[in-house]
Amino acid sequence: MAADAPLSPRDWKTQPPYVYPEYKSTAKRGPTRPLVPLKSALAQRHAPVYGHEDIGALDHDLTRNAARNGAPLGERIVVTGRVLDEDGRPAAHTLVEVWQANAAGRYVHKVDQHNAPLDPNFLGAGRCLTDKDGRYRFLTIKPGAYPWQNHPNGWRPNHIHFSLFGQSFASRLVTQMFFPGDPLLALDPIFLSAPEGARGSLVSRLNLDAVGEAGFALGFEFDIVLRGPHQTPTEA
Amino acid sequence: MKLTQTPSQTVGPYFAYGLTSEQYGYDFKSLFGPVLAEPQAAGEHIRLTGRVFDGDGVPVNDAMLEIRQADAEGRFVASRAEIAASGFRGFGRCGTGTHPSLHYWFDTVKPGPAAPGEAPCIDVILTMRGMLLHAFTRVYFDDEGEANARDPVLAAVPAERRATLIARRQVQPGGVSYLLDIRMQGSKETAFFDL
Repeated sequence: MAADAPLSPRDWKTQPPYVYPEYKSTAKRGPTRPLVPLKSALAQRHAPVYGHEDIGALDHDLTRNAARNGAPLGERIVVTGRVLDEDGRPAAHTLVEVWQANAAGRYVHKVDQHNAPLDPNFLGAGRCLTDKDGRYRFLTIKPGAYPWQNHPNGWRPNHIHFSLFGQSFASRLVTQMFFPGDPLLALDPIFLSAPEGARGSLVSRLNLDAVGEAGFALGFEFDIVLRGPHQTPTEA
Repeated sequence: MKLTQTPSQTVGPYFAYGLTSEQYGYDFKSLFGPVLAEPQAAGEHIRLTGRVFDGDGVPVNDAMLEIRQADAEGRFVASRAEIAASGFRGFGRCGTGTHPSLHYWFDTVKPGPAAPGEAPCIDVILTMRGMLLHAFTRVYFDDEGEANARDPVLAAVPAERRATLIARRQVQPGGVSYLLDIRMQGSKETAFFDL
């Protein structure tokens, strides 16, 4: 594995702040002091080591990876896209982990007390590695909206959580993918915490023909841009 | 044309069955967990542990820490074959929601210095519900005073905040542990890095 090249800096114009008052739990959990700058030379740290052998054959297929006695309820969807750096170079063979609510808006997590049914055939967790072009692909169920306690009658829009490392410790990204046309987006403090010019990139695109499967699953595309090498490394 | 970095969003309260499934008892294989070093791994075996406190001083029960470190010789793991041969993974993940007093913990080995002039340290990625983007911090060791005094990253931290990064060694019958609490806010707010 090649040594890391220095990464482009975090682009704070595209990132939410640590403390965003409309998302109330940030008030006591976000750091308030200035971050200590680290010289990029000291920040070169490899991403964790993993390989294809770590990924189960059904890990990318959330409609089957926890099925017990049938198929999960809900709309089948394909979610796919490319993981790229800011220069459009693919992040090949990189880990993508996802988790989500079921079609009724209920998470399997034990602390989720939302009064909506669990689905015996759906866990809502998956993962895959990108291919050489940086492409990932999941088959899953469209997640439902669910209420949360942030503000009176608050509801989270439909979303899928994503976790990626990219090619370096510093390119780590945890984010959420949303769905086009969701009226809850305009009311969601978490989505709105991303700067106005950048938050649109969190909304997937409907693509029935190239991404979906005719007669079987809707298709949504979601590309992800991570920090990448500051410049093309010169190699002997 | 440059593409723009995808915005971060919070990990939320419900990550456990996806990211830390085995630790939390879900039936889904974990790729990473709190154990970085198998018994045969070379070096001094240690437990790194502590709690994460919010701005009210309340322990956080839904944070997730990821750590990355060199082995006892100061080398970073570069392949699966190395992990199989050494019993040392170099990367771990732990949530704060399963320990009775909400401690995180990692069973690992004390790292060696990764480069001349650097003190032994462990890199940390911290995220939780209520954080819209993760934070980077580091763990240093209180029995490495001379090396800490020369370390260029610690030197970049304002002197009065350096203690927030230094774990305290405790030798008990069960083994050696290092304790470091993370404080999100307040007069002892942990130093977080922009890297």
